[in-house]
Amino acid sequence: MDLLIFQAPILMVQASLDGILLGILFALIAYGMALQWGVMNIINIAQGDLVILGGYIAYTMYLVGIHPAWGVIVSPIIMYFVGWALYKLVINKVVDRDLFISILATFGIAIVFQQLMNFVFGADVVVAQSEYGTTMLFDNSVTLPNSKIFAAFISVIYAIGLVIYMRRSRLGRAIRATAQNARAAKILGVDTEKVYAATFGINAALCGVAGALISITLTLHPYVGLPYTVRSFMIVIVAGLGNLPAVALSGMGLGLFEEFADYILGTEFRIGAVFMLLVFILVYRRFKLSKKREYLK
Amino acid sequence: MNKLVKLFTIFISAITLTIASISSSFAKVEGEYIVLGSAISLTGKYSSNGVHTQNGYNMAVDRINKMGGVNVGGKSYKFEIIYYDDESNPKRAAQLAERLIKQDGVHYMLGPYSSGLTKAIAPVTEKYKIPMVEANGASRSLFTKGYKYLFAVLSPANQYLEVAIDLAVEKNGGKPVRIAQAFEQDAFSQDVRLGILDAAKRTGSEIIIDDKLPKELNDMAATLAKVKATKPDVLVVSGHTKGALTAIRQISEMKVDVPMLAMTHCDAAKLSKQHGKNSEYALCASQWHKNLSYKDKFFGGGKKYDKDFKKEFGYAPPYQSAESSAALLVFKDAFERANSFDRDKVRDALKTTDMQTFYGNIKFGPGGQNVAKPMILFQVRCKGDSCENKVVAPTKWASDKFYHPIPKWSERS
Repeated sequence: MDLLIFQAPILMVQASLDGILLGILFALIAYGMALQWGVMNIINIAQGDLVILGGYIAYTMYLVGIHPAWGVIVSPIIMYFVGWALYKLVINKVVDRDLFISILATFGIAIVFQQLMNFVFGADVVVAQSEYGTTMLFDNSVTLPNSKIFAAFISVIYAIGLVIYMRRSRLGRAIRATAQNARAAKILGVDTEKVYAATFGINAALCGVAGALISITLTLHPYVGLPYTVRSFMIVIVAGLGNLPAVALSGMGLGLFEEFADYILGTEFRIGAVFMLLVFILVYRRFKLSKKREYLK
Repeated sequence: MNKLVKLFTIFISAITLTIASISSSFAKVEGEYIVLGSAISLTGKYSSNGVHTQNGYNMAVDRINKMGGVNVGGKSYKFEIIYYDDESNPKRAAQLAERLIKQDGVHYMLGPYSSGLTKAIAPVTEKYKIPMVEANGASRSLFTKGYKYLFAVLSPANQYLEVAIDLAVEKNGGKPVRIAQAFEQDAFSQDVRLGILDAAKRTGSEIIIDDKLPKELNDMAATLAKVKATKPDVLVVSGHTKGALTAIRQISEMKVDVPMLAMTHCDAAKLSKQHGKNSEYALCASQWHKNLSYKDKFFGGGKKYDKDFKKEFGYAPPYQSAESSAALLVFKDAFERANSFDRDKVRDALKTTDMQTFYGNIKFGPGGQNVAKPMILFQVRCKGDSCENKVVAPTKWASDKFYHPIPKWSERS
C-alpha cells in the first residue's frame, strides 16, 4: 500500500500540485521571517502565532458577512500595526541583546498571543468558507481546490510586490542598507530604529496575508501557530538569508518533499521526514546560525 | 537531654493535634452541603469543552438542590462544587486533585474534561481512595488499569465507531467491507481505531488504508488522494474537532466519493454549521442526542434538558454537558443508596449503580466504564441550507432512516 503512488502515477501529479501549492504559502511566511532575520537578526518564534492572528482577522470578517478573501487586504494592514507596536513594546528592548534573549522574548510573545486568541476567539477549531469550488483535471482524477490556487496566486503577488518595493522605495532601500551594515547606514542618515520597526511591521503584514489565506484553505485554532514557525524556520535555513528566489524554491521543494514522504513512507512519517531532511541539510551546508551582530540604538 | 526529649514530645504532639484538627475541620460534608471537587479546563486548549462540562455540572447541581437535594440519614443535603482551573494541562490537573483532596478535604470528585486529564487525575484519586465519577474521559486505557474508585458515565472510546462498521457490513448485504481509516495519534483516537480493528476482524473486513494523522498538521490531502485511488466502502476519520473539520473541507474540495463516511467529534466541531451542505451524509458517533427517549425525574427527557439548558446558558447543550449533568445524578443516587458519607460505602453504592437518566442508562462494568448505554450514530442531513443531525442507529433509537450510499459529488447540487 505504501507504494500506491507507483501503481497509480496520476497520484504523482496530485501530490506534486498539492505540495507546490502548499509550499508557496509556506514560502510567503518564510519570506517574512528571512527578511526580519536578515535585517534584525531576530528569530521570531511568534511567527506562526502572527499568522494565526491574521487568520482570525479574516475569520472575523467572514462572521460579520464579508467574504474572507478580502482578508488578504484588511489583515496585513491591521497586522502591520500589530507588528509595529510589538516592536516598540518588546523587540526594541531586546534587539541589541544576544540571539538567545530574542528567542526567549518572542517565545513569550507567542504564549501571550495564544492565550489572548484563546480568550477572544475561543478554543474551537474554526474555518472560513470561500465557496470557490474545485478545478478538476485529467477526467476528475486530479482535483485542485480553487481556494488553494487563489492562496498561491495571492502569495506570489505579495512576494513580487515586496521585492519591487524593496528595490524601488526609499524605505526598502533603507531596510536593505541596514541589513548590509547597520552602522554605515546610520552614519549615512538612515533612522535604523524606524527601519527595524517597519521591518517587523512588514513581516507581521506578510503573516497577516498568509493567515487570511490559511483561514480559507486549512483550519484555525489558537494553538496551531508553532508548526508554521517551524516550517518557515526550516525554509529559511535551507534557503539562506536574503535570497528570495531560494526561499520560494525551498518552500515549494519542502511542500513537494512532504507530500511524497506522505505517500511513500506513510502519513505518520511526514513530519519526521522533514526533520530528517533538515538534519541532512544542516550537516551538508554546515550552516552558520551565528551572524555578527551590530545593532545601534 | 531530658529537657530536649520533653520539648520534642511536645513538638510532635502539637503537630499531630494540628493535623488531626485540620483534617476533621475540613470535612467532606459541611453543614448541609456535600462538597465535591473538580479540576476543570477553563483556560487553554480544552477551555470550550471545559466550560461545557462545568455548565453541565452546575445545571445538575442547581436542579438537584432545587428539587429536594440529597437525602442521607433522613436529612436533606445540597451539592456544592469546588472548581479549579487546570489550564488544560495534565500535570496541573494532578496537582489540583491533590490540593482538592489534601487541602480542601474533598472526599468526592467529579472528572475533568478529556481522557488525557482524567488519566492524570485517576492515580491521585485512587491513591487517596476518593470516589470519582467522570463524564469526559472515554479512553479505553482508563478502564483496564484496575482502578477501583473511577466511574465513567460515558461509553468507552473503542465503542465509538464499531457500530458504523456493522452498519456498513449490513448495507453490503452481510459481506465484508473494505475500510480506509485515518486517525490522529493521540490516546482517544487510537482507542477508536482499536475498536475499528476489532470490528473489522469480527466481520472479516479488510483495512486497506490505515493512516496516522500528525496532530501538528491540518492537511490530509495525501490520505484522501489514496482514498480516491483505492475506492473503499467506508472511510473512517477521527482526529478531534480539527480532524472532522479538515476532513469535510478536503473531501468536499477534492470531490472524494465514498459510499460511507464515519467520524467522531462532529457536534463538537459544529460541523453542520461550519461546513453546511458539504457535511451532508457524514455519519457521526455521539454519546447522546436530545431526541433519545431516556427519562428521569430531574430533567425529564432529552428535549426538555435541551430546552432548559438553552434557557440557562444560551446555547444548545453538546453531549459533553449532558454527560456531565448525568454524573451528578449518579452521585446523588449513590449517596442515597449508601445512606452514608463513608467513602467506601459510597464507592460500593456507585459500583452497584443501575439507573436510567435523561442521558441514558447507567451501569458500571468491572473497570468502571458504563456498559448499559450504546453509542449512537447520527447523520447530517440538510434541507436547503440548514443542516441537522438525525439519529440513524441503533435502530431502537433511530428517528430517521440511514441514507446509504452517499451520492457522488457530481450528482449533488
